[in-house]
Amino acid sequence: MSEGPRGAAGEMQPTRLHALHVVTGVAFLLAAGLGALLVGPAGIPPDQVLAQVASRIPFIPIHSHLSATADVVVWQLRMPRIVLGGIVGAMLALAGASYQGVFHNPLADPYLLGVASGAGLGATVAVVELPHLRGLGFDPLPLAAFVGAIVAVGATIALGRTRERARDATSLVLGGVAVGAFLAAAQTFLLQRDTPVLQEVYTWILGGLSTAGWSEVELVLPYVGVAATVLILCRRLLDVLSVGDDEAGSLGVHADRVRLAVVAAATLGTAAVVSVSGLIGFVGIIVPHTIRLVLGPSYQRILPLSVLFGAGFLIAADVLARTVLSPGEIPLGVVTAFLGAPFFLVVLRQSRRLAG
Amino acid sequence: MIEIDDVSVDLGGARVIDGVSAEVSDAGVVGLVGPNGAGKTTLLRAVAGLVAYHGTIRVAGTPASATHRRTTARLVAYVPQRPVLPPAMLVGDYVLLGRSPHHSYFGADTRHDRRVVAEVLDRLDLAPLARRPLGQVSGGEAQRAVLGRALAQQAPVLLMDEPTASLDLGHGQLVLELADELRRERSLSVLCALHDLTLAAQYADRLIVMSGGRVVARGKPAEVLTVASLASVFEASVEIFTGRDGVVVAPVRPRSPREGSPLTAAQRAGACVGVRSPAGTGGGVR
Repeated sequence: MSEGPRGAAGEMQPTRLHALHVVTGVAFLLAAGLGALLVGPAGIPPDQVLAQVASRIPFIPIHSHLSATADVVVWQLRMPRIVLGGIVGAMLALAGASYQGVFHNPLADPYLLGVASGAGLGATVAVVELPHLRGLGFDPLPLAAFVGAIVAVGATIALGRTRERARDATSLVLGGVAVGAFLAAAQTFLLQRDTPVLQEVYTWILGGLSTAGWSEVELVLPYVGVAATVLILCRRLLDVLSVGDDEAGSLGVHADRVRLAVVAAATLGTAAVVSVSGLIGFVGIIVPHTIRLVLGPSYQRILPLSVLFGAGFLIAADVLARTVLSPGEIPLGVVTAFLGAPFFLVVLRQSRRLAG
Repeated sequence: MIEIDDVSVDLGGARVIDGVSAEVSDAGVVGLVGPNGAGKTTLLRAVAGLVAYHGTIRVAGTPASATHRRTTARLVAYVPQRPVLPPAMLVGDYVLLGRSPHHSYFGADTRHDRRVVAEVLDRLDLAPLARRPLGQVSGGEAQRAVLGRALAQQAPVLLMDEPTASLDLGHGQLVLELADELRRERSLSVLCALHDLTLAAQYADRLIVMSGGRVVARGKPAEVLTVASLASVFEASVEIFTGRDGVVVAPVRPRSPREGSPLTAAQRAGACVGVRSPAGTGGGVR
């Protein structure tokens, strides 16, 4: 880095988010969104899609000539899927980055404290025990997954308390392991008793956005909005926590309170997105770590950029998920791992070379 | 100023500090000495508000237990024995963490904070290292960064727990000299735990000797550090000299290496002479 230690007015120049980082993130997100809007099995010419989008922007005098079907494809299928993919990707990356900060653990992901197993059990219960509700026009799966995720993390927090320290990082993680194992066993037990639903449950577990619509966007947006606001507000505190709970305390920060606030916000947001997208893995680890490897360890950079790059990454991955085997779809979780793992290894090697 | 009055600390059901009282004046340096497990670190942690205690601790006239953690952190800066140094964090950003108690909880650093940090970096000769990761600086530079973080807190009280523990002799002296200069410049009250009794004697105005969670002796270094007291508290065999800047404590072997019998005073004197002989003259300790 070329910046000097002092600014013009005798001030130290701290590591902060620069406009260039934000512009790059927004450009990546827009490029991914545009690609996702233009590509699809319906074969609508890109210029017509663009004209259709432009015609919806106020004060731009362009009129679209798309057919009603094509209009539905663009506005009711592709667009909500892009927006939901962005929201899900942003939330998972942000929650992963925050968990890595409060647990001082580079392998922490949004599912660390039992969200995955809780949501998985909730989804299984919905599919196995409540199928009759679908006949009434109500799909219980998202709600059951959301409730399962919240209950699982609540149990982890309650059980992870120790006598000496209310909620230290290690006891919380161990609590998450125990709760996760218990709930996964319960899920397996239910599935063993009712094997015909195995595929439906596992399709959900592997994650995807194929059922995305504007109603799902409206459903998750309030939760994600609240969660993202709290997490981004905590970005400076996460930097303080990087010197450990004890030293953070000597700097005036209650590490356990910050950890609880971050866990609560990340759980709320993750449970909401998991309920509509299933368990999409890897985004919560790969996106924050890539930013960290390129721009350093400050959460004042990592958290805001995780939102932009997490959203762009998942939208791009979803384009592949729905086009590679078109008209069939690959589970999105499979694509994120296929794409993410090699890319991450390249970044890791590059950063080591630069450091060495 | 720090006033510690009848403070006790229980950890895991065991009493590790038992009725300790002490006082550190403005611009005063009090050294905490004692064997491992004496309770020095726990006492420092109690003053820093990091461990629950019975009794009263007042910092700058304010009862520490009645204040919020952030307020305590504006009054007390703490240099731990083994600080966590995130290897990829830049030295400047690390020192800036010291401004944390002056921010609102979700607030960000201000221009004033950045000026304070720039001044601290300059004072500690860390400005050229400000954008270097902590993992790429030497042990002495890292210890200066930790001291810088504490200074950035602008607290009237500085607690240091074995600040020379991971440093060689020269760098240890440099850090203590620096702390001493800063103490004079800023009228800091310093409470410092030290294993090295000679350094403790030379840099502290007064010493508190702790053992088993209690204060067993207190006073000026020359009064407290005697052959008899160190034999009793540390179970150590030492010689004590009076040097230019105060007491020098030299450990000596309690038994003759050859015969396995206790050394006589004459043998100890011979050993000391041997150490002072020029290299290669055959005067080494045998």
